[in-house]
Amino acid sequence: MTRFQKKLWIALIIMALLSPLGIILPQKFNSGDAWGEWGADALEKILGYVPDGLKRLSDIWKAPIADYNLGGENASLSVQIFSYIISGILGIALVGGIVYVISRLLVKKG
Amino acid sequence: MHIPDGYLSPQTYVPLYGASFVFWAVALRKFKDESAVKHIPYLAMAAAFSFLIQMFNIPIPGGTTGHAVGAGIAALLLGPWTAVIAVSVALIIQALVFGDGGITAIGANCFNMAVIMPFTSYWVFKLIKGNSSSVKRLYAAGFFAGYIGLSLSAIVTAVEFGIQPMIAADIDGKPLYAPYPLSVAVPVMALEHLLLFGIIEGVVTAMLLKYFLKHEPDAVYALRGSSK
Repeated sequence: MTRFQKKLWIALIIMALLSPLGIILPQKFNSGDAWGEWGADALEKILGYVPDGLKRLSDIWKAPIADYNLGGENASLSVQIFSYIISGILGIALVGGIVYVISRLLVKKG
Repeated sequence: MHIPDGYLSPQTYVPLYGASFVFWAVALRKFKDESAVKHIPYLAMAAAFSFLIQMFNIPIPGGTTGHAVGAGIAALLLGPWTAVIAVSVALIIQALVFGDGGITAIGANCFNMAVIMPFTSYWVFKLIKGNSSSVKRLYAAGFFAGYIGLSLSAIVTAVEFGIQPMIAADIDGKPLYAPYPLSVAVPVMALEHLLLFGIIEGVVTAMLLKYFLKHEPDAVYALRGSSK
C-alpha cells in the first residue's frame, strides 16, 4: 500500500467516525424521512391508508442491522450514534472485502 | 433515493433488475480485461466512500433529508464502468445488511445510482472539459459532473415512483404501490436535488478531483491519455 493510499483509508475511517452527523443534524432540524422512503406506519399517517401491494412487500426482508441501528426503534440517541459508527466501520470492511474478493477472482494482471 | 420494498410494482422492479444485470455483466467483463492489481485499492476505496457518504443525511429543515452518492467522483477516478461495480457493491450491502433500499428494488436502485449516475457524470465531465486546459473549466466540469449526475439519477427515480399509480392500481383506482403521481414525485425529487443535494455532490466531486490531481494525478481515469 502506498503512503497516499494509507492516508485515504484513514480518511475513510474518520468519515465513519463523523457519520453520526448524518442522524444528529436531521434531528436538530426536525427533518423526517427521505422522500419516498417512508415505512408503512409513516405512510399510513401521511396518506390515511397503506397501499395493498406496498403492505405485502414492505416486510419481505429483515435486515440484520435495520436502519444502521442496533438498538431498535426506541433506541436512545447515544445508542443510535454508536450503532451508526459501527455500521460505518462494518460497511467499509464488508464493501472493501467484497471488492477484494471479486478482484481476486477476476484480475490476473500485475 | 433508496427505493424501499413495496414502492415499485413487479412490472417495474423485474425489468430494472434485468437492466442492472446487463450493466453488471459488462462492467465485470471490462474490469477483468482492463484492470490491473494496482487498480484494486482505488475500487475498494471508492466503494467504501460511496457507502459512507450516503450515511451523511443532509436535512432540509422541517422537511426531508437526502444525501450525496459519490458516484460522480467514482466515475471520474475509475471510469464509468468500474464505478458501476463500486457503487453497486455499496448499494447491495446497504440493502442486505442495513435495510437501506429494498431487496426487490436492488435492481432499480443500482440502475438509478450505480448506472445512470456514473455514466451521466462521466459524459458531463468530458463534455464540459472538452480539450480545454483551463483549470477553472476542469473544476467546473467536476462540479457539474456530480451535480447533474445526482440530479438526473433523482429524476429517474422519481419517474419510477411516479408511474406506479398509472400501472398498478386496484379496481377502485387506488394505487397498490408508490402512491404519488408523476406530477408530485418528479418536481419534489428534482427540486430537492437541484437546489441542495446535487450541489453537495458537485462540491464533493470537484474537491476530491482537485485533491487527486494534486497528489496522484495518474489515478484519475477521466484525464488519462489527455494532454495535461
